[in-house]
Amino acid sequence: MKKTIFLGALTVAGLAATAASASTLDDVLARGKLNCGVSTGLAGFAAPDANGVWQGFDVDMCRAVAAAVLGDPMAVEFVPTTGQTRFTALASGEVDMLARNTTWTFSRDVDLKFEFAGTNYYDGQGFMVPTSLGVSSAKDLDGATVCIQTGTTTELNLADFFRSNNISYEPVPIETNAEALQQYNAGACDAYTTDASGLAASRATFENPADHIILPEIISKEPLAPLVRHGDNQWGDIVRWTLNALITAEELGVTSANVAEHAAAAGDNPEVNRLLGTEGELGAMLGLSADWAVKAIAAGGNYGESFERNIGSSTPIGLARGLNALWTNGGLLYSPPFR
Amino acid sequence: MTISVDVPKDSFRLSQLLYDTRYRSLTIQVVAFILLMLSFSWLVSNTVQNLSALGKDFDFGFLSTPAGYDINQRLIEYSSQSSHGRAAIVGILNTLLVAFLGCIVATVIGVLVGVLRLSKNWVVSRLMAVYVEALRNVPLLLWIVLIFALMTESTPQPRDFREGGSASMLLGDTMAITNRGVFIPKPIWHDGSMILGAIFVLSLIGIWAFRRYARKRQEQTGDILPVFWVSLGLLIVPVTLFYFVLGHPVTLEYPELGGFNFQGGLQIRNSLIALWFALSLYTGAFIAEIVRAGILAVSKGQTEAAFALGLRPNRTMNLVILPQAMRVIIPPLISQFLNLTKNSSLAIAVGYMDVRATLGGITINQTGRELEGMLLLGLFYLTASLMISSVMNIYNNRMKLKER
Repeated sequence: MKKTIFLGALTVAGLAATAASASTLDDVLARGKLNCGVSTGLAGFAAPDANGVWQGFDVDMCRAVAAAVLGDPMAVEFVPTTGQTRFTALASGEVDMLARNTTWTFSRDVDLKFEFAGTNYYDGQGFMVPTSLGVSSAKDLDGATVCIQTGTTTELNLADFFRSNNISYEPVPIETNAEALQQYNAGACDAYTTDASGLAASRATFENPADHIILPEIISKEPLAPLVRHGDNQWGDIVRWTLNALITAEELGVTSANVAEHAAAAGDNPEVNRLLGTEGELGAMLGLSADWAVKAIAAGGNYGESFERNIGSSTPIGLARGLNALWTNGGLLYSPPFR
Repeated sequence: MTISVDVPKDSFRLSQLLYDTRYRSLTIQVVAFILLMLSFSWLVSNTVQNLSALGKDFDFGFLSTPAGYDINQRLIEYSSQSSHGRAAIVGILNTLLVAFLGCIVATVIGVLVGVLRLSKNWVVSRLMAVYVEALRNVPLLLWIVLIFALMTESTPQPRDFREGGSASMLLGDTMAITNRGVFIPKPIWHDGSMILGAIFVLSLIGIWAFRRYARKRQEQTGDILPVFWVSLGLLIVPVTLFYFVLGHPVTLEYPELGGFNFQGGLQIRNSLIALWFALSLYTGAFIAEIVRAGILAVSKGQTEAAFALGLRPNRTMNLVILPQAMRVIIPPLISQFLNLTKNSSLAIAVGYMDVRATLGGITINQTGRELEGMLLLGLFYLTASLMISSVMNIYNNRMKLKER
């Protein structure tokens, strides 16, 4: 008995000791692989395809970082996390970064000690109901049974929304998106609530998407952002500027098709040159190679390419750019300059 | 007269600690203890160091901050404005509820199946064997999910209960089985219901006293009083009488379809039903084997002796075999109750809001207090388990063979 406790304590201490180690960049380089936390499966954002290869908007973010750091977009170990397990996975060092429809909030940033690398999707919480229910507004949902993914901001927004509108509801907490959809389709809940992008993605996977409507109310601001642990600023910078590089690339018209051409020699546009490393030392400042952004853009294309390929209007999910258009097109995407 | 006492001067040398059997075990224990404490202190300092590296402190203040999330099944008053501590208590009560219900049903199932598995009827005993083997050799999580899926997929939606719908309420429109749960009438307590409750308790005491008297009388004179009928009468007659005298102090509120769902009545959610029955069926299979083992442990001679005295099989089982078998059954039964209580933490699979889902799930997730939350959770399960086993140990001490 005593011996078992002793050995157990040793094991636990040993495991804990490995968590506190050198910089994340060194760890990733030594490992030769990026550990990236994604969702357990949300079409368009992160889901394995028929060949078991992870595809999606969030997955592209992981691949861009892997390409920038390791030069290989496929050098990613995807770790599926639920709403409840994601923060523990990141805080304990099980993953190097999270790209998982995670809302940037004050308490997560400050109290949970995470660093958000910048919003990669501006979202808001919505409701989906079957058309046959005859509901046209979320305020008609008095007494309804609502399925939610537990451990998310949507859970808190939902409580706030119903309380401030003085109507009642019955929450049905569920662990993953897939289980929630099963409950929703069986009619065990009247409405399903999550980020509007997630609702659109889920609706696209239904047999008859037209039988379900997404209610007009958007009850919250959900800036979804990739995030890393507090305290390793270099790693935080790498993820932040990889995202900015993808956004800037769209703004400057650099795509996965023409990035090699632009990177071959310094061109006329100094910002393109600085971004692609044909001028200046931006890559070295991050502790990466000079062509880090070239590899990141070549991996999955710039922001706009990734958006259109995974969740854009030509895909079954069919999300419009909306708030997620570049600032030059009336959206909110605005990258600080590469200088 | 003098006695020369030959006392060795250096009665203790340091090497004796290792080579003298009188001291050696003490030395080993002290060394082991020091090592244990060292590793423990290393563990603590490592935790403190890693927490500070993450920039986190160790603080239970989060328990008094508003939780912000809603809980569907709550046995005490709770809203999203209540504190995380209260959310944890709601979860604890939900855990205790399912553990309590589960232990009762598991015991009933276990005893029935255990006895029936020993039946001379080939079909019955084989059926029970199939039940036991199927239930205890498949992981509990699968049973929970299976029952939950059956409840959601095969039962009608509330809207099917509307006029012209495919489903209808049972038992004279008092009960509805839907894919959101089972709705049953709910008792409403009016003035005077306290008196009724007191009368009910009094009649229970009366039954107990009568049974004591009847047993004593049987032991002294051999007369057998009609215990069952008198007990039944004592249970029903006074309560019914006073129910009318006091003018219906308890009424029932029936569930009615309104809006999106049934309103009123008592909703037993599918998550509770799935968890409750899966835990009961699963643990019941283990208890059945324990009961069977206990019965087989009673010598066959006891049965033969009872038959020789003219006792019928029924009475033989109740009066001769089971009381002796209990001594073998109770100790392993305690550990099954503990297992059931701890297994109830699988509740999250069906969204039942137990303490693991509130304190150990949402609260940890929203506040980032993993270490504190998990310590509290561990402490709760430890306390609950120790309490169950101490209560059962008292029962065990009463039942076990008195050796004089």
